[in-house]
Amino acid sequence: MTGEHTRDGALEHLKREGRIVIVGASLAGLRAAETMRDKGFAGSLTMIGDEPYEPYDRPPLSKQVLLGNAVADHTALPRRRAIDADWRLGVPATGLDMAARRVRLGNGDEVEYDRLLIATGVRARPWPNPEEGELEGVFVLRTRDDGEGLQRALAANPRRVLVIGAGFTGSEIASACRERGLKVTVAERGSAPLVGALGAVIGEVAAEMHREHEVDLRTGVMVTALEGDPAGRVRAAHLSDGSTVEADVVVVSLGAQRNTEWLAGSGLGAGPRGIACDAGCRAFDVRGIVTDDIYVAGDVARSPHALFGYQFLSLEHWGNAVAQADTAAHNMLSESADRRPHLWVPAFWSSQFGVNIKSVGVPPMGTEILITQGSLSERRFAAVYGYQGRVIAAVTFDNCRWLPFYEQQIESTAPFPPPFSTVDRRPEGNKPVPADFPDPSVPTHGPTITLSGYSPADRKMTFTPGR
Amino acid sequence: MTQALLREIIDYANRANPYPLYEELRQTPVSHEGNGPYVVSTYYEIQSLLHDPRISSDSRNLKATGDDPLGQSADDEGTALPPSFLKLDPPDHDRLRRMTNRPFGPPHSPHRVHDMRDELDGLVAGLIDGIAGSGDLDRVDLVDQFAYPFPVTVICRLLGVPHEDEPRFHVWAETLAASLDPDPDADPTQRGKGTTDARMELGMYLAGLIEERRKNPGDDMLSQLATADGPDGAMTTMEALSTSALLLIAGHETTVNLITNGMLTLLRHPDVLKRLREEPGLSVPIVEELLRYEPPVQLLPQRTTLSDIEVAGVTIPKGASLWLMLASGNRDPKRFENPDRFDPDRKDIQHLGLGSGIHSCFGAPLARQEAQLALSELARRLVNPRLLEDPPPYRQNAVLRGPRHLPIACDGVLPRAG
Repeated sequence: MTGEHTRDGALEHLKREGRIVIVGASLAGLRAAETMRDKGFAGSLTMIGDEPYEPYDRPPLSKQVLLGNAVADHTALPRRRAIDADWRLGVPATGLDMAARRVRLGNGDEVEYDRLLIATGVRARPWPNPEEGELEGVFVLRTRDDGEGLQRALAANPRRVLVIGAGFTGSEIASACRERGLKVTVAERGSAPLVGALGAVIGEVAAEMHREHEVDLRTGVMVTALEGDPAGRVRAAHLSDGSTVEADVVVVSLGAQRNTEWLAGSGLGAGPRGIACDAGCRAFDVRGIVTDDIYVAGDVARSPHALFGYQFLSLEHWGNAVAQADTAAHNMLSESADRRPHLWVPAFWSSQFGVNIKSVGVPPMGTEILITQGSLSERRFAAVYGYQGRVIAAVTFDNCRWLPFYEQQIESTAPFPPPFSTVDRRPEGNKPVPADFPDPSVPTHGPTITLSGYSPADRKMTFTPGR
Repeated sequence: MTQALLREIIDYANRANPYPLYEELRQTPVSHEGNGPYVVSTYYEIQSLLHDPRISSDSRNLKATGDDPLGQSADDEGTALPPSFLKLDPPDHDRLRRMTNRPFGPPHSPHRVHDMRDELDGLVAGLIDGIAGSGDLDRVDLVDQFAYPFPVTVICRLLGVPHEDEPRFHVWAETLAASLDPDPDADPTQRGKGTTDARMELGMYLAGLIEERRKNPGDDMLSQLATADGPDGAMTTMEALSTSALLLIAGHETTVNLITNGMLTLLRHPDVLKRLREEPGLSVPIVEELLRYEPPVQLLPQRTTLSDIEVAGVTIPKGASLWLMLASGNRDPKRFENPDRFDPDRKDIQHLGLGSGIHSCFGAPLARQEAQLALSELARRLVNPRLLEDPPPYRQNAVLRGPRHLPIACDGVLPRAG
C-alpha cells in the first residue's frame, strides 16, 4: 500500500524547497510555523497578519492588562524556536485563488503557495449600530490595541463601566473593573452570566459572584441604544426594560465573528460559522470535497470530532489553537498514511472574581449536571455534565487539579451519573439535575463552543455558503 | 511472588539500589497478593490515580489494616495531634492547605520563598566554611556537616523559631527523624520513649510559641498561621500545631535526602559535576532530573479507595490499601526515554518526584531553591571532591530514602563568592 502514488518525491520536494503560506499571525499561525520547522521544513515560509504586531497572547488582555499589572505590548508570545519566516504584518489577506494557488493581500501583492494554512481566527462582534459603536468610550476587546485602549479608559476612573454581554470575556472585564474599584453594570440577555457556555445551574453561581462583588448585574435584558453627548462621547445606554444606565465606558462583549469574508467567492467552504475542515485539518471546498493543499487551524476552523458524535466543533480555546495548529502542520508535511486526526478534548479556563474556572469536554451538549465534589454555595466544586447516559463534560471552580480525571472519563465515555463515590461528596452530589442550557434558538451572548453538527456519513448534509 | 518482590524492596539490603526491583515490579502495573496492598508501579497509572477523586488520603477510609509490609504505625507524625492536611481529604485538606499557603506562596505571599534567598545563601556559605574549618578534608560527612543542618535551620527561620532556640529544635528534629528511620539494633522501648518525649516537648514548645505569637505577631509563618484572618478564619491551636509539625518533619527530611542524593549522583557523574561548577544555572535542570532519577519520597503508601475502581485491568476493591510507587513510575520506559540514565539535559521531564494532584509537595518551591543553591555552591567550592564509600550507608527508611552518611574527601575548599 505504502507509496504507490504518494512516494513520488513530491513531499520531499515540498519539504526541501516548497512554499508554505500561513494567513493569520497569531497563536495558531505561530505554533504551526514552529512545528513545520521542527519537522524539517526548509522551504519558504510566509506569515501574513492584518495586525502590525508579531504574535502575542490574548488571554492576559482581559485580565492582567486591564488591571494594569501587565503592559499590552509585553504580551508577545514566547518563541519555541526560530522560524525564519517572511513576515507580512499589518497587511490583511483579501482574496484566495484556489486554482492558481495564490493569496491576494490588501496592498495589492500576491503570494503563491504550495500549501496554505488558514488561521485567521475571529474578531470581536461589533456593536450592531455603527454610529453608536463609533462613540468615544465604546470598546470591544480582542486585540492588543483594544486592550491598551480599554486599560487607559479604565485608568481614567470612569464614573461607571457598562459591560454588554456576560460571557467569559464580559465577566472577566467586569471582574477587572471591580478589582480596580470601578462601578460596573453588566447587561446580559440570558438568565445568568456564562449561561450559554455552562448552563443555568453554574450560571447562577456566576451570578452570585457578580453580585457579591457589587457588580450591578442585569439579566434578561438587552441594550437597545447607546447615547452620546454633543462631543461624541458615550454617556448612557438604554435597556429593553425601559431603564437607563449612565456610563462613561461601554464594553461590547457579544462574542466573536469568524474572519472568513476574505474567502467569499473563492470556492472554499467558508462562511459565518467558520471554515469547515476534516479531522485532519484539510479544508472543504463549497462542494464538500476536501482540498489537498489548504489547511485550517484555530478559532476559524470547524472540524468533526469523533468523541462528540462527529459533530463539527468550533472552539475558541487557546489550547485548541495550539493543538490544532500542531496537527495541521504535521499533516501538511506528511504522507496521507501518516496523518493524524485532531482529537483534542475541548478545554478552557477563565479567572474572574478571584475564582479559577476550568472546563473539559463540551458542556452545552450536557442535559444534566451532577456536583460530584464540593459545593456550589462554597464556589469550590467539580461538576460533570451528562448526555445520553455518558459523561460529556466537566467544570471546576477552584478545583482544577481533579480535571485530568474527568477528562479521562469523557474520553472513555464513562457512564452518567457516575456510579462511584469521591472525596468531598456532599448531599447535593447525590442526584443529577437538569443542566439548564438556554434554548439554542434564542440567541445569547457568546457561548465559546458552537455545535453545528452532521455526521460525515449523513447524506442529508447541507452547506450554507458565505453571505 | 509480588509480595516477595515487595519485601525485597522494603528489605534494607536493597536500599542502595532498588531500581532493578522496580523494573521487575513494572511487569505487573498493578500487583496484589493476599492481604497486602495494591501496588501501582507504572507512570501513567500512578499519574492518573494522583488525580482520581475516588482515592482518599484519610486512613479512616481504610477497610482493614491487612498485611502491611512496612509495618506502619497508625500515625507516625505525632500521636497526640489531629491528622495534618497530608492525611486529610477535601474539604478539610483544602481549607488547611489554603490557610497554610496564604503566608507561604502566591497569590497572597508571592515573595516569601524568593525573599529567603539571601538567608539561604548565608547558611550555605556558613556550612561550607564550617567544612573548611573542620581541618579534616580527608573525611567529610556531607550529611551531618551540611545536608542535615541546612534544611532544619531553614524551617526554623521560616516558622519563626527564635535563633537561640534552634539548637533545641535540632535535637527534637533529629530524634523524630530517627523514629521515622528505626535502627533495628536499638532497644525499641527506649527509642519509643525518646520519641514520645521529643514529640511532647516539641508540641509543648510549639504550643507555647503559637500562644506567644498570637499576642506578639511577627512576620514569620507561625505568627501568620496563628493570627490568620483570611476568608477561612483562623486555625485552632491544634490545627496550627499539627500543621507546623507537618512542615517541620516533611520539610526537612525530604530536602536532606534531595541534597544528599544530589551530591551522590553528581559524584557518580563527574562530567555533570564539572559542568555545574562552570555553569551554576545548570542546578535548575539538575534538580529536576534528580527528582525523577532519585526522588526523596520513593512511594506513597497511605492512600485508599472510596469505590471499587479498575486500574490497568485490575479491580481494586473499595477500602483497599494503595501504594503508589513514585520512584518506579519515574523510571518507566513507557514514559521516559533511557529512564535509567541521569541526564540533566532531558527536555521532557514531568516527573512524579513531588507527587501530583491536590497533595503535590507543598514546600516544592522552597525545596527546589534549597537544593539548587546547595548543589551549585558545593560544586563550586569543594576542590576535587570524591566519594569514600560507594554505595554509602543508607537510612533504614524505604519511603524517605537517602544515605545516612555521605563520606567524601576533597583537596580544599574555595573561599565564599564576593
